[in-house]
Amino acid sequence: MSIGEPALRLTGISKRFGALLANDDISLELGRGEVLALLGENGAGKSTLVSILFGDYRPDAGTVEAFGRRLEPGDPAAALAAGIGMVHQHFTLADNLDVLDNVLIGTEPWWRPISRRAAARARLLELSERFGLQVDPSARVGDLSIGEKQRVEILKALYRDARILILDEPTAVLAPQESVQLFATLRAFVEAGLSIIFISHKLGEVLAVSDRIAVLRQGRLEAVLPKDRADAVTLSMLMVGRSIERPVRPAPSPPAAGEAVVAALSVDRVDVREGARQLLRSVSLVVNPGEIVAIAGIAGNGQQALAELVCGLRSPDAGTVRVKGMALGADPIEWIRAGVGRIPEDRQHLGVIAAASIAENAVAEHYREPPYARGGWRVDRAAIDQAATRIVADYDVRCRDIGQATSQLSGGNIQKLLLGRVLSRHPRLIIADQPTWGLDVGAIAWIHARLMAAAGQGAAVLLISEELDEIFSLADRVAVISQGQLSPALPVAQWTLQSLGLAMTGAFTHERSRSPNDAT
Amino acid sequence: MRLERREVVPRAALVLAPLTALAVTLAVCALLVAWAGAPVGRTYALIFDGAFGSRFALTETLTRATPLMLTGLATAVAFKARFFNIGAEGQLYLGALAAVAVGGLHDGSGFDLPAPLHFALMILAGMAAGGALVLGPALLKVRLGVDEVVTTLLLNFIVLLLVSLMLDGPMKDPGAMGWPQSVGLKPELEFTRLIDKSRVHSGLLMAIGLAALTWAVQRFTTWGFEWRSVGESPAAARFIGIPVNAVLLRAALISGAFAGLAGVSEVAGRAGYLTLDMSPGYGYAGIVIAMLAALNPLGVVLASVFIAGMLVGADGMTRDVPVPSYIADVIVAVALISMLVATMLTRYRIRRG
Repeated sequence: MSIGEPALRLTGISKRFGALLANDDISLELGRGEVLALLGENGAGKSTLVSILFGDYRPDAGTVEAFGRRLEPGDPAAALAAGIGMVHQHFTLADNLDVLDNVLIGTEPWWRPISRRAAARARLLELSERFGLQVDPSARVGDLSIGEKQRVEILKALYRDARILILDEPTAVLAPQESVQLFATLRAFVEAGLSIIFISHKLGEVLAVSDRIAVLRQGRLEAVLPKDRADAVTLSMLMVGRSIERPVRPAPSPPAAGEAVVAALSVDRVDVREGARQLLRSVSLVVNPGEIVAIAGIAGNGQQALAELVCGLRSPDAGTVRVKGMALGADPIEWIRAGVGRIPEDRQHLGVIAAASIAENAVAEHYREPPYARGGWRVDRAAIDQAATRIVADYDVRCRDIGQATSQLSGGNIQKLLLGRVLSRHPRLIIADQPTWGLDVGAIAWIHARLMAAAGQGAAVLLISEELDEIFSLADRVAVISQGQLSPALPVAQWTLQSLGLAMTGAFTHERSRSPNDAT
Repeated sequence: MRLERREVVPRAALVLAPLTALAVTLAVCALLVAWAGAPVGRTYALIFDGAFGSRFALTETLTRATPLMLTGLATAVAFKARFFNIGAEGQLYLGALAAVAVGGLHDGSGFDLPAPLHFALMILAGMAAGGALVLGPALLKVRLGVDEVVTTLLLNFIVLLLVSLMLDGPMKDPGAMGWPQSVGLKPELEFTRLIDKSRVHSGLLMAIGLAALTWAVQRFTTWGFEWRSVGESPAAARFIGIPVNAVLLRAALISGAFAGLAGVSEVAGRAGYLTLDMSPGYGYAGIVIAMLAALNPLGVVLASVFIAGMLVGADGMTRDVPVPSYIADVIVAVALISMLVATMLTRYRIRRG
């Protein structure tokens, strides 16, 4: 190792998956003590690139050097030995083990009869002290919050003497305040001499935290800019390759005077328990026709239980859920028949039957009804294909052929297919759970426009989202969910980024005990 | 080396895969045959000849294939919905037991019915018995999440003991000189012979008919979509409003009924009475057949004929060359493994690095 070598040097990296060129001749350096942001839309090749430098993939061409020494391609052990630590977007932790064991996994030789846990614990505590990463070494990982799990992942890398830290979309699971805390930690790492690659698709935080910014688009390195020469407009142009028109929400028309409005969805004092855990606590919510109500919150605060409740997957332990005044049970078919359009968070595993064809999925919720099934049992492929062809065209689902397996579609196209399945039936109530999660900027704008259009035509929309940008650009009213409790849904104008962030950490729950059930 | 999913499955691969699997199987087993000191070409020729080479060989193969088609179909139907029914063997025996109870006990005189009705009742009783046996495991799975592999498998042994009890007790044939063998069916209830001087019986037509029917149901009705969806992603199936539990129960019951019919067909089509060694593991072979057929009902028919052919052919072959007839089991096993690998390779490709 010689002084002056960059921490990492990528030279001419290319990687092809079938017809897709995921990385196209990328050369990039990471300086010592530098935070380099890797910015790009979903599918731009960011994850492929870091997977190559961590040894998960072997590049078709090109080399990776760490501190001047060439790394054996396709060998994560070599990357670890060279001091590269990776914090994956989807954590690689064993839920059933405690924090210490998770950190220790793979660090001890198998022939050592007794694990040196005492020494390891001391070292772990020292690291967590030094960088302000509080975590209890003996806590079971499954019991930790997402933010804590992320800290464990980072500590795991530090424990292995990582000198280069790669963080893949680390803020996707954090509240704004937690993100700020993470950025401070990153700064502390840099001062301690670490070099950092920070992957993100959010412009704001990239500008806030990095020294240099590398922009990827369609597998190519578009530009590398020092921070002081970058701004949000330039970056987004580089990222997308064109300017994206953000749809603007028109002011909702007030309900006609004298007309009694029946709430499209009303949730009244609902409790949901799972075993000993209370997932939802006296949650009340009303969504009226023509309005978009957003539920903001940090992942894992009860959104899933709420979504399951209003998708007909779960019944409340107390309280009622009504659609247009009609109580519905935990049977999806009732919700489908009531005309509720449901867009689930897990589009790949819940939204579609991945192995079924695009055509089948396009009409899946109504497969037993005419015209798709004659007499309720005989499949009419022509009718299905006809409906699917229209949905695929109207909702811009990019596919070769509607007979293709849906699993072959990209996430964005699956989401468009789902949106098409739901919106083509003009539902009066739409449940959109993280509708733009993991999608690229173009698809996000497109989906936002569709949801706004539906609300404009009088549909009630319940939007569950962790993206504050999305909430501020779509919602008429916003409620915050924290630890299973829901704040009153206030008009969006009454919220600021700060007050919303504060509420997401549960600040409203005290206030709420004074004025309970203050829905609307 | 790693596996990479193919975006497009080439059509040629779908044809080439089974052929390649067959070639690999023959090549691998050729080594074993040669090791046993027998001429490879002649051994294979003898097996083929013994399976398909003469009228007698062919009819024997078809007779052997009949119960295999039904148990294979039983397995394929259940596995399609990811209900892992490993209990076809037990369901087959219980079906056979029911057939004897309806059509043999007290000379069948418990039922004073015209023969066609009595015949239908016997068939239905066998299917119902098979279905009833899966009902327990199916309900346990649906209600309590109990693993059906364990429950269906263990019921096999319980049923075998029950059969043993009946054959030594209430159903024992007094004329069998103490042999554990059931009373015979009333002669008019036995299946008709399809071909003179052979053992091929009308059970073969039922099996092929049911395979075609199952194929049509899977392809042309909403049940097919439900089966596939529940099998491939139960959570998504529930989300789009498929009654997942009802679909699982239905698949399980149909599966049990098919296996039960296999038992009826063996009793009424071959022996005319029930013994404890009536099935040399037809129920378990059904699993191999279903996998070999990639759960396709029509594939089940072909796979059954193939496996029956190997078994029958090997029996004949072993009289002429010094290769034990167990080679048939090895051929079937190797064929299954190569077929599974070949099927996987139609969907994935191997890449270096």
